[in-house]
Amino acid sequence: MSAWFADPTTLALGAATGLVFGFLLQKGGVTRFNVIVNQFRLVDFTVLKVMLTAIIVGGLGIYAMHAMGMGFALHIKATALLSNSLGGLIFGVGMVVLGYCPGTAVAAIGDGSKHAIVGVLGMLVGAAIYAELYPWLTAHVLKVGDLGKITLASQLGVSPFVILIPLAIFAFFLFRFLDHKKTITPAQ
Amino acid sequence: MKQNLLKKPRWSPYLVGSLLGILSWITFAFMGKALGTSTSMAQAAGGIERLAAPTHVSENAYFSKYLGTIAEPKPMIEWQFMLVIFLAIGALFAAKLAKSTFKESVPDLWAARFGSSKPLRFTFAFLGGILVIIGARMAGGCTSGHGLSGGMQLSTSGWIFLAAMFIAGVPTALILYPRSLNQGAKS
Repeated sequence: MSAWFADPTTLALGAATGLVFGFLLQKGGVTRFNVIVNQFRLVDFTVLKVMLTAIIVGGLGIYAMHAMGMGFALHIKATALLSNSLGGLIFGVGMVVLGYCPGTAVAAIGDGSKHAIVGVLGMLVGAAIYAELYPWLTAHVLKVGDLGKITLASQLGVSPFVILIPLAIFAFFLFRFLDHKKTITPAQ
Repeated sequence: MKQNLLKKPRWSPYLVGSLLGILSWITFAFMGKALGTSTSMAQAAGGIERLAAPTHVSENAYFSKYLGTIAEPKPMIEWQFMLVIFLAIGALFAAKLAKSTFKESVPDLWAARFGSSKPLRFTFAFLGGILVIIGARMAGGCTSGHGLSGGMQLSTSGWIFLAAMFIAGVPTALILYPRSLNQGAKS
């Protein structure tokens, strides 16, 4: 197999997906440093609104198509309690210092952010460092609390809709609250 | 007259979120893929390192998961790698359509706290990038792979990651940029 390129159809589909994904991130405003950092300062909830809406719409559609018998694969990543949480904590600090996550950093380059270019270079160096740490992490961190490919629904023994529908109702009221709050206490 | 939606610089976060959800329906059902980005950073790093040190990369347990070995290489540039490259092109296209030209080396929020030095900002952007990828690779995904794709499938790993990301990110942001700092509060 080639060391560089997958087949042309796969490449074209990836490119088309990235084009739409990047377009949407820019229109959503999440290619901007201030929008992302202000989410973590809890003064601008754009990131939360975009993500939670995507999770609910995506989840309802994917599980509905699945329930209708469309036989596509799910892509559930394994749960390992220590590495998921420790990795998430390190990621959260890094995301605030950089002001972007990997996807939004690359999209931000297209949107005109120069420091995002430096951030992506840091990511490449970070990946090379991680590869060197990997044997040690495999022995001491990555397998701690390994629970396999589980979901919140499978853990509770319920249909995914039993979680997704209440989550959608919760999000509806949360968004109403956030949008209402914004109108009575305008940002200074 | 109704303004052309494509030319509007900002869309409602609910519209953008819904369309990202629908994009995921398409990738799941018709491409057999889930949105993700951080694996490509590992592939790119390994692919570059492979040019200088092919044996070292081939023997590294992490890089060989994605790039194979010298005897049996796997392609560096596949579905997600193309997605990542075209993220920048899609964002550029969206910005051009709205004529919302934007150049930023030092964000105003950063400058209000740490000054307008470019080298200082770039140093911390670089260090932040290192942390972001070490965290993402340790966790097994990033905001897109764990947050969006994992979150919508209700995978436990994705929700643990999202919670941890906010548990660490909120105090970090409040220490770096106290709430009294009004600059950039409205973004």
